Amino acid sequence: MNTKKLIVKSRTENLSQIRDFISSNAAEAGFSKDEIDNMILAVDEACTNVIKHAYKYSPDGDILIEIKYDRTAFTITIEDNGMSFDPDVVPSPDLQKYYREHRVGGLGMYLMKTLMDEVKYKSVPGKYNRVSLIKKIKAA
Amino acid sequence: MAEFNTTLKEQGDISIIKLKGYLDAHTAPVLENKFNELISNNRYKIVVDFQDLAYISSAGLGVFMAYIEKVRENQGDIKLASMSDKVFNIFDLLGFPLLYEIFKTEEEAIKKFSE
Repeated sequence: MNTKKLIVKSRTENLSQIRDFISSNAAEAGFSKDEIDNMILAVDEACTNVIKHAYKYSPDGDILIEIKYDRTAFTITIEDNGMSFDPDVVPSPDLQKYYREHRVGGLGMYLMKTLMDEVKYKSVPGKYNRVSLIKKIKAA
Repeated sequence: MAEFNTTLKEQGDISIIKLKGYLDAHTAPVLENKFNELISNNRYKIVVDFQDLAYISSAGLGVFMAYIEKVRENQGDIKLASMSDKVFNIFDLLGFPLLYEIFKTEEEAIKKFSE
């Protein structure tokens, strides 16, 4: 099992560093360019949600990103100590509604679920929130 | 830090915004400012050229949603052009082709305004 860790502050300027971290490690694990692009976007969306919702743009929260992979799966875990949330109350994307309201919401979560094989949430209020993004590795 | 910038070109009453680099939650305000500038100058016929855009996240997609109704209320439109397959796939995944006209080239998008 390979494990890599990155800790960054909850600032949008760090998103590019997070994307680079995912890109280099996913390439090392042998994924195709398209698969890597999908994982980069899913992780960007997860971290953007942490910055926006868990930390409410407060710039000094910690975001811990951990990658673990073996021959069967590549798992990216994103953990924060911000406000907890219930993923079940996030609505599915509704483009007509966004048009009326001039804003979007829930797109990030929809993208994560679409681009990854599995998305799991765990939230312990007052302690941590953790989202796990899993991509299966197909046998060669 | 992610690099992103825009260049603005005017062709008659049509404004063409060319995007370059990475459009994410950090850089989306740059594009918002550009739309605000156009709208405050009553320029509502807008073409967005994606040719040099390497990356977009939902924060970037949200910018287009924020301004589209205001622009259309003023007899204008935001037409999108020259997307890479990678960027188009994200728009497509979220159903944006139902709400926006997406063209292969900037020229086709400009031409559509004069029809």
